[in-house]
Amino acid sequence: MKEIIYYPGCTLKNTAKNFEDSAIACSEALDFKLHELKDWYCCGTVYSLTSDDLMHHIATVRNLLRVQEEGQARFTTLCSMCYNTIKRSSKRINENENDRETLNSFMDEEENNYEGKVDIIHYLQILRDEIGFDIIKEKVKKPLKNLKLAPYYGCLLLRPNEVAIDDPDSPSILEDLIAAMGAEVAYYPFKNECCGAYETVAEVDLVVERAHNIIGNAKRNNADAILVSCPLCAFNLDNRQKEVLEKYPDFEGIPVLYFTQALALALGLDPDVCRFDLNYQPVEDLVRGIKQ
Amino acid sequence: MAFKLSKESVRSDFIKKIEELSGEEISACYHCGKCSAGCPSAMAMDLLPNQIIRAIQLGDIETLKTSNTPWICASCFTCYVRCPRGIDLCSIMEAVRQMTLRTNKDHIDIKKYTGELANLPPIAVVSALRKMSS
Amino acid sequence: MKKMGLFICHCGTNIADTVDVEKLAKKFESYPGIVFSTNYKYMCSHPGQALIADAIKEHDLDGVIVAACSPTLHETTFRKLTRQSGVNPYQCEIANIREQCSWVHKDKEKATAKAEKIIQSIIEKVRLNEDLKPIEVDVTRKALVIGGGVAGIQAALDIADAGYPVLLVEKEPSIGGHMAQLSETFPTLDCSQCILTPKMVEATTHPNIELLAYSEVKSVDGYVGNFTVTIEEKATGINWDICTGCGQCSEVCPISVPSEFEKGLGNRPAIYTPFPQAVPNKPIIDLENCLKMKTGACGLCVRECEAGAINFNMEPTYREEEVGAIVVATGYELYPIMNLGEYGGGEIEDVIDGLAFERLLSSSGPTNGKIRRPSDGKLVKDIVFIQCAGSRDPEKHKPYCSRICCMYSTKQAMLYKHSVHDGQPYIFYIDIRSGGKGYEEFVERAQREDKVIYIRGKVSKLYRENRKVKIVGVDTIANKPIELEADLVVLAMAMVPTTGTEKLANVLKLQTDANGFLQEIHPKLRPLESTTAGFYLAGCSQSPKDIPDAVSQASGTAAKVVGLFSGEYLQLEPTIATVDEELCSGCGICISVCPYGAREMDIGEGIAKVNKALCVGCGACVAACPSGATDQKNFTDEQISSMARAILKGEKES
Repeated sequence: MKEIIYYPGCTLKNTAKNFEDSAIACSEALDFKLHELKDWYCCGTVYSLTSDDLMHHIATVRNLLRVQEEGQARFTTLCSMCYNTIKRSSKRINENENDRETLNSFMDEEENNYEGKVDIIHYLQILRDEIGFDIIKEKVKKPLKNLKLAPYYGCLLLRPNEVAIDDPDSPSILEDLIAAMGAEVAYYPFKNECCGAYETVAEVDLVVERAHNIIGNAKRNNADAILVSCPLCAFNLDNRQKEVLEKYPDFEGIPVLYFTQALALALGLDPDVCRFDLNYQPVEDLVRGIKQ
Repeated sequence: MAFKLSKESVRSDFIKKIEELSGEEISACYHCGKCSAGCPSAMAMDLLPNQIIRAIQLGDIETLKTSNTPWICASCFTCYVRCPRGIDLCSIMEAVRQMTLRTNKDHIDIKKYTGELANLPPIAVVSALRKMSS
Repeated sequence: MKKMGLFICHCGTNIADTVDVEKLAKKFESYPGIVFSTNYKYMCSHPGQALIADAIKEHDLDGVIVAACSPTLHETTFRKLTRQSGVNPYQCEIANIREQCSWVHKDKEKATAKAEKIIQSIIEKVRLNEDLKPIEVDVTRKALVIGGGVAGIQAALDIADAGYPVLLVEKEPSIGGHMAQLSETFPTLDCSQCILTPKMVEATTHPNIELLAYSEVKSVDGYVGNFTVTIEEKATGINWDICTGCGQCSEVCPISVPSEFEKGLGNRPAIYTPFPQAVPNKPIIDLENCLKMKTGACGLCVRECEAGAINFNMEPTYREEEVGAIVVATGYELYPIMNLGEYGGGEIEDVIDGLAFERLLSSSGPTNGKIRRPSDGKLVKDIVFIQCAGSRDPEKHKPYCSRICCMYSTKQAMLYKHSVHDGQPYIFYIDIRSGGKGYEEFVERAQREDKVIYIRGKVSKLYRENRKVKIVGVDTIANKPIELEADLVVLAMAMVPTTGTEKLANVLKLQTDANGFLQEIHPKLRPLESTTAGFYLAGCSQSPKDIPDAVSQASGTAAKVVGLFSGEYLQLEPTIATVDEELCSGCGICISVCPYGAREMDIGEGIAKVNKALCVGCGACVAACPSGATDQKNFTDEQISSMARAILKGEKES
C-alpha cells in the first residue's frame, strides 16, 4: 500500500472533521495510506503578498522541515488554503537560497536546516495523477446514478497560475471525478467564482450575496448538490445558507458535500465515516437516494 | 474639488513604497477593466479595483487611505489570472493594506466578533486577522 | 601610390560631442597616403557632398574614406558621388565612428583614440582596394504571387497591367480570401463581394495573368531575378478544362458537412464550389468526406455530370516555373476562440467570431441574412460585441493591437441594427481606434443614428443560462460592474498569420517576426520588402491591416516588382569570393560551408568555383579554405591583416 504524509491543518480537525474522516476512509479504500505529519504547525493560512515579508513564511518552512525530517520529499493536504499557502511559500523558499539561509539562521533552535527540497500536492492531484480516474471508476460499488452534481472549485486550487492544479477557466478534475463516480456533471459556470473567503468574519453580507449567486446558479442548472473541496468554501456555501434565507426568504437551499464524502458513498463505505452531522444543509434525502 | 496632479504626487514616498512592497509595474495598467469585471466583491466596493490602481498612478493618497476596496478584497486572485498585462493586483491591494496596517492601525477589531468566533472555521479567523490586522 | 582623401563628419553633435573630429582631421593630414583631410558638420548634406566632389577633382584622388555613420545608411550615397566624380565607387569606404564609437562611449579621450584606430584601419583597406564592377545578371521578367486574397489579386493586376506576366497561386479552390466572406465593408458599407468580384474576374481573364487555384508552392531555388519554383496543383477530382460549372453534381451529392466558407454555420456537400461567386467557378471533391472514396459506394455525381468531367483517381501534378520576383500575400486567420477559457473556450454555441458573424449578416449566407442565433435559430434581439479578444494581451495571448476590430465591430453593430430594427447592439471596448479616412465619422454615425451602446471595459466571463449568454463586464466610466444577457456574442478575435504562412516561410527561407508575421527589411521605410532579396510582402501576411491599406501595399509591392523588371539587368555586389586556381586542391570544404549554395565543384578541372550570382560575400569559405586558395574581393587576407595591424599598433601584448 502506498503511503504519503498528510498535513491536516487546523480546520480539518475542527469544523471540517467530516472532510478529514471521509478522505482518510477513501484513501484506504483506494490503497494509499495518509500518514499524519508529526508535530505539524499552523501553515499561516494566507501567503503573504508583500515582497519584504520573509517572516510570514516561517510557519510553512517549519512544516516543510518536519516532512524533511521524516525522510520524505513530498506530502499532501486536503485544505485548499493550506495547499495554496504552502505551495507558494515552498516555491519561493525552495528556489531562493538567500531567503532559505535567512530563515534557517533565524530558526536556530531547530536541530536541522531546511534544505529546500520538499514539495506539496493536493489530494485531488493524487486521485488524478497517481491513482487515475479509471481505477477509481472500477472501485466504485454504488455509482451515484440519478444524481446531478455541481463541481465547485473555489479560488485557491486554481489561482494563481504558479500553483494551479488545473486550468483556471476550464478545469476538469472534479468533473472527471464526478463522472468516475457515476453521477451526472451539472453545467456550472460559477464553479470558480470566489465564495468570499475570510470576509465571512467581518463582512457577512458580502458572503451572503456571493453564496446566493453561487448556489442560485447551481440550482438553475438543476444540480442536486454542490461538491466542494475547501473547508472555508464549505462554511460559506453550507452554513451561511442560514443567513441567505434570512435575507432572501424565497431562497431554496441545496446540500453541500465535500468531494470525499461523495466519493466515500460511491465507494460503498459506511456513511458514518462521512460525519454528515457536521454538514449544515440536511443530506439524508441525498444519501437515501444513493443507497437505493 | 480637483485633484492636484504633479510630479511630486506621482513620485511620493508613499507611492514608491507601494510599488516596492507589491513588486509590480503599476504604470503598466491600462485600465481595461477586466479585473473589475471579474471581481466577486466589486459590488460592495466604493471604488472598482482598477480605480485603486488609478489612485496609485495619480498619487492620490487620500483616496487610498479612505476607500473600502482593499478591505473588501477577498484575495481570490481572479484579477491576477485575467489581467492581459499580467499585473498582480492582489499584491498591490495587499501593499495598500499594509501601508495602513504598518502604522499599527488594525482594520478589524477582533473584540467585536468574539461571540461568534467559536462557530467559524479557524482558517477564516486566522486569515482575516492576518490580512486585516497588524 | 594611391592618393586618398579623408572626410570626417561631425553628424551635428552625434559624433562631434564624443570624438574630437577636428583634432583627428588635422592629425591625419600627415598620414601616409592621405593627401587631403578635412571635417564637416553633415557630410551627407548637399554642401558636404560637394566638398568631397571638389576635393576629388582638385587633388586627383583615387581613394575616398568617409568617417561617419554606419555604411548601411550612406555607403550608397557616397559611392554614387564617387562614381559621378569619375572614380570607381568601390574605392570609397565608410569608417563607422558613430554606431561603433561615439554612440556607445562617453569618455571623449578614449573615444577619440578609438575613432583614430577605426579610421586608420579603413585607410589601410582602401589602400589595397581594387577597382570593381557590379555583376550583371539577367532577370526573368515574370512574377509569382502567392495568395489570391484582395492583396494578392491587386498586386497581380498591377504587375500585369504594367505588361509583365504573372503567375497567381492560391491554395484554396477559389480566390477572394476573407474579403469574399464579408457582407459589407467599412466605412462605405459597400457590398464586399460586389466590389471584389470584378477584380477576381479580371484576375482570371487578364491576358498576362495565369491563375493556379487549389495549388501550393512546394519549393523555391535560386536568387533574386532568377528563381525556380515548384508548384503542386492539387487533385481536384474534376477535370476543370471540360467542367461547365453547371453545379448539378453538388445538387445530388448525399454528403453534408460543415462548410469552411460559412465558418461551420452552414453545410456543404462533398463535391462543392465554396461559394456561388467563386473564381474559378468550378467544384472540387473533398476526398476525405466523399462516400465513393471512403466506401466505394455512391458515384451519383458521375451520373449527373454531362461533361464527364469527374475523375476520382486524379493525382496531383507538379510544375516548375522560372520567375524573377515573388510576392507573398498569404493573409490572415482569426485566433481560435478555444484559447479563451473565460469566454467559454468554444463550447458556447452562441459565442462566435467576427468572420462567422459576417456570414450571418450576408444575404447569401447560411441564414439568408437573417440574424439568427446558432443554437436554436431564434432571431437575435440583444447582441454583444467584445473587443480585444486575444489581442492587446501580452500575458496570455497576442500582445499587438489587431487594428481592424474596432471598425468592423462598429460596422457589424450598425448592419445588425439595419437588419433588426428593434434589436440592441452593445460593444465592450478598451479604446476605439478609428484612424483611417472617414473612420471616426463612421463611429459617430453608429452612436448617433444606430444608437449602438459603447461600454468602456472588458468582459471578464461569459456563460450560458436559460438559452441566453450571460455577460459579466464592467463600465469603468460609470464605475460599475455590468451584467447583461444576450442572444448572441461576437468576439473580435485577434488577426494572426495563416498557419500556411509559417510553413511557407520555412520553404522560402523568409524571416518572420516574434508573432509569426513576415518580417520586412525596415518597418518604417521599407515595409514592402522581405529581408530576403526578391521576395515582396503584401497584405496581412506582413501585419494586421484593413482593406485600403492592403490594397495600397499591394500596389506598392507591384511597383517594386516592376522596378526590378524594368532595368536591363540586375546589378549585384561584386565583393564576392574568388578562387586562385593554382592553389585550389579541390578538397570541397568551401562547398559544404556555403549557406547560399554558391560554391560548386567543376568536376572536369577538379577546382571549386564561385557562382557569381549567388555569392553574397559572407566570407565563410574564405575562412574555411585550408590552402588559402579562396579570397574575397576588396576584403583580401592581406587587407584584413593590414587592418588588424593598424588597430593593434601601439597596444601592449598581454
